[in-house]
Parts: sequence; C-alpha cells; structure tokens
Amino acid sequence: MDLMLQVEGLTKRFGLFTAVDSISFNVNRGEVLGFLGPNGAGKTTAMRMVTGFLTPSAGTAYVGGYDVITAPLEVKRSIGYLPEGAPLYEDMTPLELLDFIANVRGLTGIKKQEAVTKAAERINIEHVMHQAIGTLSKGYKRRVGIAQAILHDPEILILDEPTDGLDPNQKHEVRKLINEMAAEKAIVISTHLLDEVDTVCTRALVIANGEIVADGTPADLEARSVLHNAVTLRIPREHFENAKSSLEEIKDVKQVSEEKKDGTSINFIVYPVDGRLIVDEVSAALRGSNIDVQEIRSERGRLDEVFRRITTKA
Amino acid sequence: MRTSWAITKRELRAYFTTPLAYVFIVIFLALNGVTAFYFGGLFDRGQADMQPLFGFLPWLYLFLIPAVAMRLWAEERKAGTLELLMTLPVSTFNAVFGKFLAAWIFTGIALALTFPVWITVNYLGDPDNGVIIASYLGGFLMAGSYLAIGGFVSAMTRNQVIAFVIGAAVIFLFMMSGLELVQSAFRGWAPDLVVDLVRSFSFLVHYDAIVRGVIDIRDLIFFISIIGVFLFANMVVVDLKKGS
Repeated sequence: MDLMLQVEGLTKRFGLFTAVDSISFNVNRGEVLGFLGPNGAGKTTAMRMVTGFLTPSAGTAYVGGYDVITAPLEVKRSIGYLPEGAPLYEDMTPLELLDFIANVRGLTGIKKQEAVTKAAERINIEHVMHQAIGTLSKGYKRRVGIAQAILHDPEILILDEPTDGLDPNQKHEVRKLINEMAAEKAIVISTHLLDEVDTVCTRALVIANGEIVADGTPADLEARSVLHNAVTLRIPREHFENAKSSLEEIKDVKQVSEEKKDGTSINFIVYPVDGRLIVDEVSAALRGSNIDVQEIRSERGRLDEVFRRITTKA
Repeated sequence: MRTSWAITKRELRAYFTTPLAYVFIVIFLALNGVTAFYFGGLFDRGQADMQPLFGFLPWLYLFLIPAVAMRLWAEERKAGTLELLMTLPVSTFNAVFGKFLAAWIFTGIALALTFPVWITVNYLGDPDNGVIIASYLGGFLMAGSYLAIGGFVSAMTRNQVIAFVIGAAVIFLFMMSGLELVQSAFRGWAPDLVVDLVRSFSFLVHYDAIVRGVIDIRDLIFFISIIGVFLFANMVVVDLKKGS
C-alpha cells in the first residue's frame, strides 16, 4: 500500500495550553481516515498543521513524501483541503472562485476548463455557478468548498467536517462522493457524527484532549463497546421473570437488564461476559422455556457509547 | 509571480464587484475637486499647473488610503478565508505582494481619473507637463507607501475599524515628521543627525521634492524602501498571526 500521509509527533501549543499533544499516525492510499473527537479535542488544529496553515510546535507531517515544514508549497500542491466551516469569498460566484483556485494551482487553458467543469459536475453545483456564493444555502456553500478542494484532483484530501450543517440528503450525497473517490486517494475527514464513521471511514482515529485515544477500524471500535455481542430482546411482559432466570443460568451471560416496558411487551438487553457471542444460547434457552420472542437482535456495539467512554475518562 | 498575479486579479475583481471601488473613486474625485478648486484656487491663481491638486493629495490619502488598505487582511481573517488562501500553494510573499499590487493598481486607477484636470490646464494655458508627470509619479508612489503601511496594520487585526484608525495614525506620524512642529520639538535637545533622520522619514519632504519636478533617485528609493520594509513586516505578521 502507498503511504500518503505520515504524521510524526505533531504537537501544537498555544501558550501554556497544549491543543495537540504529540500525535502520530499514517494514512495509506485507499484509506478513509475518520478523525473523531469532541469539540475542542484538537482535530482542527491537527488538520491545520498537516495542511501547512499552522506551524507545529514540535513534530512534523510528511505529505506525499514532502515535509510540511521544509517544503510547504509542495505539500499544499498535493493536498485538497476543506477548512472548517468552508470559508469562501462570498462576493464571488462559484465559477469565479473555481477559476481563481485553478489559476493559483497553475491550471491553464483547456485543462482549467475541464477541471472546473468536472468538479462542478461531481459536486452537483452546475446550476448555481453564476450566483454569488454569499447568497447560496449552507449546503451549496459546503459543496462549493468541496469542489474547490477536489479541483486539481489531489492525491490527498483533507476535509474538516464536510457534512456539518447539511440535511440528510446532502449528507448522503457527500458521503457517496467520498466513497467514490476513496479508492484512488488518501482521505482524512474530521467529524463528530458517529454514523459517518460507519458509512464512509475505513479507519477511525479518536482524539481527546489533544491525544489519540483509539485507532482502529469502525468494527474494532464497536468491539470495545460493552454492548458488543449483547442481545436485545422483546417478549411479552408476563414471561419476563421466567425468561430472566433461565437466561441468567447461561455461563457466558453477565447481566440481564430491563430497558423499557410498553403495553404488554418488555424490552431488555442480555449482556455477555467479555463480549462473547451468546445469541445462539439465548435463543435456545428461550425456545426451551417456550417463550415467544417478538424481537431478537444481536448488537454490534454502539459507537456513541464507546466514544463517550474513551473521550471522557481522562 | 503567476500566483501573485492570480491573487491580484481576484482582488481587483472583488473591488469592482462590490460598491467599494465606485464609492472610493467618486469620493476621491469629488474631494480632489473640492480641495483643488475651492481651497487650492486652481483657477483663481492664474497659473497653469496642478500644484493645488497635488498639494492636497497627501492629506486626502491620509484617510482614503487606510480605508482601502483596512480590508486587505482583516476581512480575510474575519471571514476565515485566510485559511483557504494560505493553504493554497501560495508563498506568504506572493499573497502579500498580490494583494498589495491589486490595491496599488486600484488607487492608481483612481489617481489617473483626475486626468480631466490635466487636460483642462493644458487647454487653458501652457503648463510644464514634465512637472505634472513627476507629480503623478510622486502621488502614485506615496499611495503605494501608504498602502504598504495600511496593509501591514490590517494584518494585525480582524477588525477593520481598528485597522483604519491605527493605519491612518501611523501614516500621519510618517507625514508629520518633516513638519516644523515636529522638527522643532527635536531640535532643542537632539543632535542634528537625529533631527535630519526624523526629517528624512517624512513622506511630505520626499513627496514635495518630486512634485516640484525634481526626480531625485534618493526620493524614489525612499518610497520604494518604505514599501519594501512594510511588505516584509506584513509577511512576518501574516505568518505569525495566521492561526489566532
């Protein structure tokens, strides 16, 4: 695999406050790295250092082999970057803005026109190309910001909260786009939306208080959940005591906990010991006691629960 | 240089797509008319020259140029577009120079639009056109140095009003250093060398020399160095304050 982005001991201090504390990670071509963390965890600061906007207090980043400290222009050439909040020149139209970005990036003539048309098509902004950016909706502004980032077809794409403030349809569009580009690029996105990690990221990096607290695939993260391989059940209310006692006899069951009652049914969760697979035993036990199960579901684990636990323990 | 020029073009387009350019040009020309004809008595003096216009120019520029320069960086910082700009493959020098050049070209256009006065003077009399050309050059160079100072101040804040007030104040200091008022304050105690040094920093002293039609290389070097020094300071400030 192609190593595209290499971050080594990247640190940023603002006075006494350490915003990013010696983080290191690599990103290969074909990977979509989700940069997760609560607000103020240092995601944006880290991205600003990688893109050459902020100078690191210590450590460095290598982008496509170039050191961001000694060769910032080469780094900026190979990166497409969407800054947080997608700041754009609001008095320009998308066409003028893309034209300007293309000029700065050294695209000329037919190449420039092709790049602008292609980016506009990909992001679906062709019909607003002549409207001032300041008059566009938030969703369109974000899309223009992404168009600007992919204009020169960069090998490395860094998107700071690309779907922030978009409606569900727009989010879906942006995620689809990221998935389409994922194969030939290395992509880093920051987000605090956990479903985004599941749908677009091949790997997640959780950062809290400036430090990396978890690094793995979304499935790895889910496996760290106490809910991993737990079984959620819904049965008639009158059978609950009966079911509970028979389930608690199973060796790998740690706990049976009631969730909510409604009408004649009850929802409850069966937690396994050490995340072991218990769904077969659970369903067998219930069948054995002749309880009719209205709903049964094996949990993969909940990212939000893992996220909360690992980002707040410090 | 290509990236500088791309930035210059963008900036110039921004001037003319917002009301800024038109408001500035109209007010600049109106005030020029008022000062040159009413206060300066361009017609009444009975002399075919543009001295009244160029005599007041430094004072008009004192508050009009900071109004152009104040947005150069403060606006980008406030809108967050500085991050967009500075993560493009643009060196700090190219960004600073490109923006400065756009503002300079713009004020140059405004200055050039005083040409009807030149035509009028030529129609009514027989002026020394060499002096007038020198005066235009002097005015343009002075606009450039004011802009360099204003741009430098603008890079230090995200508030355009503060950029305007401080920019005008710094320019005022540079202007005043050649006046008798300031000179006499130094003359009492400081050695002649210091008094001359303070005087040598005055825009008015160098400008007046050029406007009189004497193009001395030292006066040109003065303005070019002021521009160079403040553009450099501008670069340093942009680099230092990018993230804050």
